[in-house]
Amino acid sequence: MATVSDVKTTRRSRRTEILEARPVNRDGFVEEWPEVGLIAMESPHDPKPSIRVEDGTIVEMDGKERAEFDFIDQFIADHAIDVVAAERAMSMSSGEIARMIVDPSVSRDEVVAVARGLTPEKLLTVLETMNVVEMMMGMQKMRARRTPSNQAHSTSVRDNPLQVAVDAAEAAVRGFDELETTIGVVRYAPLVALGLQVGGQTGRGGVLTQCALEEATELRLGMRGLTGYAETISVYGTERVFMDGDDTPWSKAFLASAYASRGIKMRFTSGTGSEVQMGNAEGKSMLYLEVRCVMVTKGAGVQGLQNGSISCIGVPGAVPSGIRAVLAENLAASLMDLECASGNDQTFSHSDTRRTARLLMQFLPGTDFICSGYSSVPNYDNMFAGSNVDAEDYDDWNVLQRDLKVDGGLKHLSDDEILATRNKAARALQAVFAHFGFPEITDEEVEAVTYGHGSEDLPRRAVVEDLKAAQEMEERGITGVDVVKALEAGGFGDVAENYLSVLRQRVAGDLLQTSAIIGKDGKTLSAVNDPNDYAGPATGYRPSDGRWQEMKRLRSAMSRAVGEGDVAAARGAERTLKLTEIGPAERGTRVDEVVLALSPAFGLTFSRTIVDVPHADLVRELLAGIEEEGVAARVIRVRDSSDLAIIAHTGAKLSGSGISVGIQSRGTTMIHQRDLAQLSNLELFPQSPLLDLETFRRIGRNAARYAKGDAPEPVPVRNDFMARPRFQARAAVLHIKETESVEPGKPPVELEVAIG
Amino acid sequence: MMDNESAGLDPGRDFPLATHRSELIQTPTGKRLEELTLDAVLKGDVTAEDLRITPRTLRLQAEIADAVRRPQLAENMRRAAELTTVPDERILEIYNALRPRASTKQQLLEIADELEDRYGATANAALVREAAEVYERRSCLAGAAQ
Repeated sequence: MATVSDVKTTRRSRRTEILEARPVNRDGFVEEWPEVGLIAMESPHDPKPSIRVEDGTIVEMDGKERAEFDFIDQFIADHAIDVVAAERAMSMSSGEIARMIVDPSVSRDEVVAVARGLTPEKLLTVLETMNVVEMMMGMQKMRARRTPSNQAHSTSVRDNPLQVAVDAAEAAVRGFDELETTIGVVRYAPLVALGLQVGGQTGRGGVLTQCALEEATELRLGMRGLTGYAETISVYGTERVFMDGDDTPWSKAFLASAYASRGIKMRFTSGTGSEVQMGNAEGKSMLYLEVRCVMVTKGAGVQGLQNGSISCIGVPGAVPSGIRAVLAENLAASLMDLECASGNDQTFSHSDTRRTARLLMQFLPGTDFICSGYSSVPNYDNMFAGSNVDAEDYDDWNVLQRDLKVDGGLKHLSDDEILATRNKAARALQAVFAHFGFPEITDEEVEAVTYGHGSEDLPRRAVVEDLKAAQEMEERGITGVDVVKALEAGGFGDVAENYLSVLRQRVAGDLLQTSAIIGKDGKTLSAVNDPNDYAGPATGYRPSDGRWQEMKRLRSAMSRAVGEGDVAAARGAERTLKLTEIGPAERGTRVDEVVLALSPAFGLTFSRTIVDVPHADLVRELLAGIEEEGVAARVIRVRDSSDLAIIAHTGAKLSGSGISVGIQSRGTTMIHQRDLAQLSNLELFPQSPLLDLETFRRIGRNAARYAKGDAPEPVPVRNDFMARPRFQARAAVLHIKETESVEPGKPPVELEVAIG
Repeated sequence: MMDNESAGLDPGRDFPLATHRSELIQTPTGKRLEELTLDAVLKGDVTAEDLRITPRTLRLQAEIADAVRRPQLAENMRRAAELTTVPDERILEIYNALRPRASTKQQLLEIADELEDRYGATANAALVREAAEVYERRSCLAGAAQ
């Protein structure tokens, strides 16, 4: 007998062919290769945790003597680790610390007090004991700010500042608290940063904006007040890669202080996979190296970190447990008491299933910024290589929030709201350009961008002229204050006021505290005045009643008023159905008759089925089908029940042949027979959305044939399992309204049918 | 109150400072937050120079950060307080000088002296001197072998 492995064929299974064509198989996967660092976590080559402190100085860490420290080791040892806390923290077992992280009865402060004494490897071993649900539990408690938030990207593949402005405005109204842009042609930066800021402040005063650029250029834009915060200050987990990035922990720490000295919020950026991507992982796991980045950030005194692999997501995404490692690195940042902007910001997978699963790791527990960021533009316009969620996913996101009652920071907007916001932002930037004498933004462009979706919908701008304007912005040293004046001069005083409010924040410095955003009320919300106080069920962040009402709104949610006025709305060209009650329905005497038993609201409250088949046509086809077989038909209405089995069985008991067709307003139909049990039937057509006129005619025909004593082949029905997600809730609402028409105790009535 | 004295801030009560303790905050030009109005901007009474943070405000924020047990963040704010008077261009130059293999040890030590002597930036000077030592040990100084 052949064993499975003996079966060698050139023919492949149809199953395998189908699986291979699935989107998930267009993603790249690789086997682990620990020696070069191509391993997410749990590598045999990571060091063993250890610490030795002499006279307040760490002289050994994770198995390495101080003399052997590379500059990252030294920076962490001297700036990140609290040597006083280390003695207790390092003596605890990894499992014990992990349990503190998960246990709601242990406060966030208690966990932070332990975490500040951990070495990188010790923190890694803590994370390695945890599965993703435990990590999410941990994130829910350890996130620094109680209220979760979200960040958007607004970019244009053509660096069109108008498009950036308009999508920024819409994103701000949708609920994003931070907006980030970047450019393809670096010289465009000032103009695109200007667009982002003007658009953002048009959408909502207080939104913080940034433009991702080379470090020194980014700082320059910030100093001039054209951006509101900075994020792309990269740190790395090996010395060689850090230097390849042209920085050291000391240069980055100085940069951090430089930003703070101008009152500008900033965070660092890092992520698993960057070191192996840049070819120098020193044989260490991705998560070990990332923990070092987290601790460098802590040591530099930076308030927060953008991590979660970010631009290298394809690397951890390709190895086992990689997406678990991505969640673990977010949690590491929160354990270090840093703001965490948690990724979900680059195209990750061809598979919708997989990208959603990856998203839920941060979406469910909530982080300081669930996405860093969410693409507010089409995937093709996103200059950060797309995002895990794009403008096309807005409704999906809103539905997830509503399904799970999880606040992802966004809300649904009506088309009117979207158009008004986009148009205003476009006109505001048009006015600013005109004020500065920059290349005109035409009314045609304003119109196109108001209604458009992406850069493909927009007229091309004269790039060379725009670049001259960008250069002029630099030469003239145009500042945020100049833009405020331009907005006011152009008739956008409210936007000018919004912009000024952001610039004013620099003077007070409140945004320098951990996890700070400007809330919808214009006040700073940070881990200082909105600390995460999660302590189990019914504690921590829960959406307020007002916020929940906002989250419930969807584009397509059907109201309870559906169907009302339906009859009046019937179009003039349609056939009309007139049903006249002519007396009590009696038991029929003809053996060659079929009774059509209609539901209480049929042709009254409703005039159409769930898929808008007019009741007049439906009845006409049923009657025609019966007539084709030479059988008579009688029509009654059952008034005391909306249940299809009762309606049909009532009809059958009144039918001379014992055969009836029961029909509900939404179109669900059943052929019944007098002698069958009520809950049985001859044929049932339960999926009302799939019933068309042809099917109704065949149902009529079959009913007639049963009446004649034949045994016809059942009417074939289509099967579409997607009808359920699409129509099930609508069917329930229609049925509720049908049931409201029930008149208990009222006997069935005979109807005269006139189809006009 | 002197610059370096504690203002006795209570994070729970006093944060955000712009809302609860605005009387403690001034611009480098001596204006109060309430004076930074759109009207004043349009009249030219408020310029970009007014919309900057002072060393004192940064030390107040450092006091808040310390009180919520974030000593590294507080230290960063105190370093920032020292840098407020360093011109934008000089800050960018110093940052570039701190990049790997950009400076000799002597150049870094001179920057440290400049920060200390000219701007009273002792914490920043210490950071730069520390960098000079580490860069030497780890071959990150200008001219070091790759």
